Amino acid sequence: MTPASSAADTAPKTYPWEIRASGLRVAVGRKKMAVDGLDLSLGIGTHGLLGPNGAGKTTLIRTLATVLRPTEGELELLGTSVGRIGDYRALRRRIGYLPQDFGYYKRFTVREFVEYMAWLKEVPKADVPAAVQRAVERVGLADRADHRMKTLSGGMVRRAGIAQAIVNAPAVLLLDEPTAGLDPAQRLRFRELLQELGRDTCVVVSTHLVEDVAAACSDVVLFADGRLVIQGTPDDLAAAGGIEYPGDSPLERGYSALLRNSGQQGGTW
Amino acid sequence: MSGEHASRRLIDDYARGDATMAADTVWALEAHLESCAPCRSHLAASVATEAPDVAALLDTVRAGLEPQLDAAARAPSRRHLTRRVSAWLTPAMAPWLAVIVVVTLMALLLNAVASPTFFGDTSPLLLIAPVLPLCGVAASWSRGLDPAHELTTSAARAGLPLLLRRTTAVLVVVLPGLLVGGWLTGTMAAAQWLLPSLAFTSTALAMGSVVGVTRAATGLLVAWGVLVVVPASATGRVPHALQRVLQPDQLPLWGLLLALGIGAVIARRNAYSTL
Repeated sequence: MTPASSAADTAPKTYPWEIRASGLRVAVGRKKMAVDGLDLSLGIGTHGLLGPNGAGKTTLIRTLATVLRPTEGELELLGTSVGRIGDYRALRRRIGYLPQDFGYYKRFTVREFVEYMAWLKEVPKADVPAAVQRAVERVGLADRADHRMKTLSGGMVRRAGIAQAIVNAPAVLLLDEPTAGLDPAQRLRFRELLQELGRDTCVVVSTHLVEDVAAACSDVVLFADGRLVIQGTPDDLAAAGGIEYPGDSPLERGYSALLRNSGQQGGTW
Repeated sequence: MSGEHASRRLIDDYARGDATMAADTVWALEAHLESCAPCRSHLAASVATEAPDVAALLDTVRAGLEPQLDAAARAPSRRHLTRRVSAWLTPAMAPWLAVIVVVTLMALLLNAVASPTFFGDTSPLLLIAPVLPLCGVAASWSRGLDPAHELTTSAARAGLPLLLRRTTAVLVVVLPGLLVGGWLTGTMAAAQWLLPSLAFTSTALAMGSVVGVTRAATGLLVAWGVLVVVPASATGRVPHALQRVLQPDQLPLWGLLLALGIGAVIARRNAYSTL
């Protein structure tokens, strides 16, 4: 079977980076800048967006998903500039998004849910059944595809969420805390899926679990207080920490070292 | 190969798994079999006669699979209906359907029991009819009522097309209900409320491009409530001016409001991509 691909997928790339932000600021509420002057360029690969709670990860992901508008600065997704107003249909067709706590319709089956999302994402009608089946199989829910969402466990619901995010074969895939609620075996399988997706997609995974990044990501974006602390490989992150910093692994030590140096209270509650 | 098809001898050799066949012959035969049903049926027949061990293996596999396949019940085919309904109504439609049914019934009830002196010569149904579709419009886009709101707003179809679909669905449900209600009570003519309710809906959509559809619809509902319900319960009468605007001779005014609303929606059609 041929994979569902559109003319947009096979067209030559006319942009250097899938995601490019410069001086990006996003306001939440009236005063607080959740993203405060971010310069970032992300290409193909799996990027771990790492940071303490309240660092602005969710706001950044929502901005990249075009749910929020940038307050200031420039944001370019797949070569399209995202401003305050505009028509983003073509852009949104190529974005996959899994919100942190995503809602679903309890009476829908997994297949109906993913089909409905495929319809919302304007997947061509003829491709929907195959795309849905492929997405459901990729997250290992094929045997549960015709079960209602309300009968699924938390981990399965999350996997259904991942299925809806990848059903349109997105060029930019945004996952906000996707590993929450997955058991260790599922988490391993999910990391494999992430590596697989990262081969031809720009995947941004927000997480506060350092070990997820170590296992699955080709690139780390450390984010604190709305600003970029470091962007590099997991090895760069590990190299930043010494034995004197708190943490159980080189990556955790690097994480706390960088946060401390950037003026963040990484270790305290 | 003779003519357009593979010879029986070649197919028999292939079925036996003859190792002496040349690789290019096997390749050409397989390519041909993929696209030729008659030759595949020859192959099926020659497998049964030439390679009994393969046939026996297939039978064993089939015998093992059949009970499992029988056990896997086919999913009930309600998928097409669900998809078609979801394409127009929001999947979280139960709340607003309930609100609209309850409000219509309440108005009918009031109409039956309230003394004519309380509302003057205006029926309570007529007072809520213009704003009733707003309940549905507000609920279709409410973050609190729609669990998948976040997913919907980031999807390609979000924006004006989906907004218009859901609004149409609300009107299709609400307007016939009001029509029947008005006909049952005999207190209001369609001309009195149809245009005002459409005008209110289009105004809500137009304002929605600035403040959000739910907020706009709720705001209009509250404003109408303050203008109508409060004076009615304080003085026992609907303000005279309000009774005037719902008279059939004010239709051009409502028509103008409807046209303005539609014009504003068209002018700001790109502003709906974030709701």
